Amino acid sequence: MSYKFDFAFLADKWPDFVAGAWLTIQLTILSIAFGFLLGTVCAVARVYGGPLLRRLVGAYVETIRNTPLLIQIFIVYFGLSSLGLKLSAEVSAVIALTVNMGAYTTEIMRAGIQSILRTQLEAADCLGLTRLQAILHVVLLPAMERVYPSLASQGVLLMLASSITSQISTEELTATANLVQSDTYRSFEVYVIVAVVYLALSALYRLGFWAIGQVLFERRRRLGTPL
Amino acid sequence: MIQLNANHLLYLLEAARWTVLLSLIAFLGGAVVGLPLALMRLSKVGLLRMLASGYIQLIQGTPLLIVLFLSYFGLGILGYKLIPLVAAGISLTLYAAAFLGEIWRGCIEAVPRTQWEASDCLGLNRFQQYAYVVLPQAVRIAIPPTVGFMVQIVKNTSLASVIGFVELSRAGQIVNNSTFEPFVIFSAVALIYFVLCYPLSVAARTLERKAHAGR
Amino acid sequence: MPAADAATDPIVRIENVVKDFGPLRVLDGVGFDVARGQTVAVVGRSGSGKSTLLRCIAGLETVQGGRIEVCGHEVGRPGSAARAQLRRDVGMVFQSYNLFPHLTVERNITLALTLVKKESKEAARKRAAEVLGLVGLTEKIRSYPEQLSGGQQQRVAIARSLALQPQVMLFDEVTSALDPELTSEVLAVMEDLARRGMTMISVTHEMGFARRVADLVVFMHQGKVWETGPTAELFANPRTAEFKQFVGSEL
Repeated sequence: MSYKFDFAFLADKWPDFVAGAWLTIQLTILSIAFGFLLGTVCAVARVYGGPLLRRLVGAYVETIRNTPLLIQIFIVYFGLSSLGLKLSAEVSAVIALTVNMGAYTTEIMRAGIQSILRTQLEAADCLGLTRLQAILHVVLLPAMERVYPSLASQGVLLMLASSITSQISTEELTATANLVQSDTYRSFEVYVIVAVVYLALSALYRLGFWAIGQVLFERRRRLGTPL
Repeated sequence: MIQLNANHLLYLLEAARWTVLLSLIAFLGGAVVGLPLALMRLSKVGLLRMLASGYIQLIQGTPLLIVLFLSYFGLGILGYKLIPLVAAGISLTLYAAAFLGEIWRGCIEAVPRTQWEASDCLGLNRFQQYAYVVLPQAVRIAIPPTVGFMVQIVKNTSLASVIGFVELSRAGQIVNNSTFEPFVIFSAVALIYFVLCYPLSVAARTLERKAHAGR
Repeated sequence: MPAADAATDPIVRIENVVKDFGPLRVLDGVGFDVARGQTVAVVGRSGSGKSTLLRCIAGLETVQGGRIEVCGHEVGRPGSAARAQLRRDVGMVFQSYNLFPHLTVERNITLALTLVKKESKEAARKRAAEVLGLVGLTEKIRSYPEQLSGGQQQRVAIARSLALQPQVMLFDEVTSALDPELTSEVLAVMEDLARRGMTMISVTHEMGFARRVADLVVFMHQGKVWETGPTAELFANPRTAEFKQFVGSEL
């Protein structure tokens, strides 16, 4: 093998990578947050709603989970544009990622909500809480705590999947890599660097989720036991 | 601008066959590399465990697109000029092997400890324990999640379009470039993926439910 | 305040209640009255319908026939106002305590006070401390349910219902899930409540408690009220073979 590895380009190009990574973080934090809200609302609709609502949510979840994210992104960016709704690449990326995260979150939160015993709801009912109050105060937080590892994993997966948005020229980390490697012709080195950055981001996101968990789940922080 | 017509749909369907082929290659390749990975993860030799674990964490912590680029350009460095199908096949194999290895490790660990103990008491050595007692049971446990992962493989073949392989997604882009009806075309592409994936998803869920009912 | 009742009107009226679960008739014409301040013990074998009856009074199950009235209002009237009224009048304590595990003892009690009674946080906290004092668990106010024994959890559950100042308290086999050493602390709290004049309907297997504390005993069998009457009289002169057998087996 006569290939000479050469990382010299980093000296000039490292700000580009930082900018790309920063956009990745911004896009994915927004999408994770909105996707979680969307997914939770859908999960509540799925568990407590009427038959029509349940079927609608089911259709949404199955459609997203059985089609590639790349195509979903194309439909939002190119498809909506051809129908008259012109959105920027970043906005399209966030919409597509949010819708995607929402579908997976729906399933995760649905499992969490269904793991809360019906007797908890009965007790809340007997105390006079309305259905909505019971869902908000007695069901959602424990449900979330139960499935939190899955939620965190899904968040990390979404961050990794955001690399696909490079295909609609969102200038996030993977797009940056593509640009730099076409400038410098050091393709392999560039993607090695970017892989390392993504690994670091994965670790960072896991840490972030852990910290959020400590804040949200006071009982777990104090007692250290599973719910 | 060409009008959208039935030929375009046919073109998409033909490309879908390549999607299916690539999925099968990725699955078989992933299985062949993934099983040894799973066994390495469970090995008594620390070095083997670390190597397998390191590989899996590397692949699982990196976007598939980057894995694709790394293997594509990496192969170029090693002096191989490969046709996109083979390059894509190798990349997806590396990706599938990591995930299948992890899934199967979990399934092997799910076989109750007592099975190991019983077969050990009967005098079977480690290889025999695996071959005759543990793996057959692990396979039954592994079927639902493996079928579920096949859905991921099919969806991820869409990324092979980025390194130039003409499967369903690339075909959609090509058709779009001549007809400029992205909403219709990509919706049709999505529908074809759905037809490929949904039965697998349903099968995985049914198998999962049956596996639990049998307990 | 409940609707203006004459002091002698029964606070709970059960008339000819019929309840089916599909093809199975669980309650077959059950009827009795409960006066304000009375303690009623509902006893009987498993499957006699006692828990179902209690759940019907609490509005957790619908009835197919007959009528239940609590504080002058019919149970099962449609509308959220009617439901809210029932919840104000009736407190229920369950066999499996049903405390909210992710909330502290204090928050378990103040949750309904702030959300339903719209009390301020400080007022709710004061009330929580008060009712915890009544059940003897003041020091556990910041604990989580999992840190308490079964008996303590059940006492917190009683305090939680008590905090809302109901007119009637329902107890559904509240000691059945407890280890024997822990039942006495819960029964002591219930006895104390009865002495303070709370109207109580208690489904129970604790015959000693029933004899000591209850004013009225209702023996249910096969979905009907088989025998009923003032406690001392009923136990002294059992009329039916089934009740005799039941009392004999419980001792």
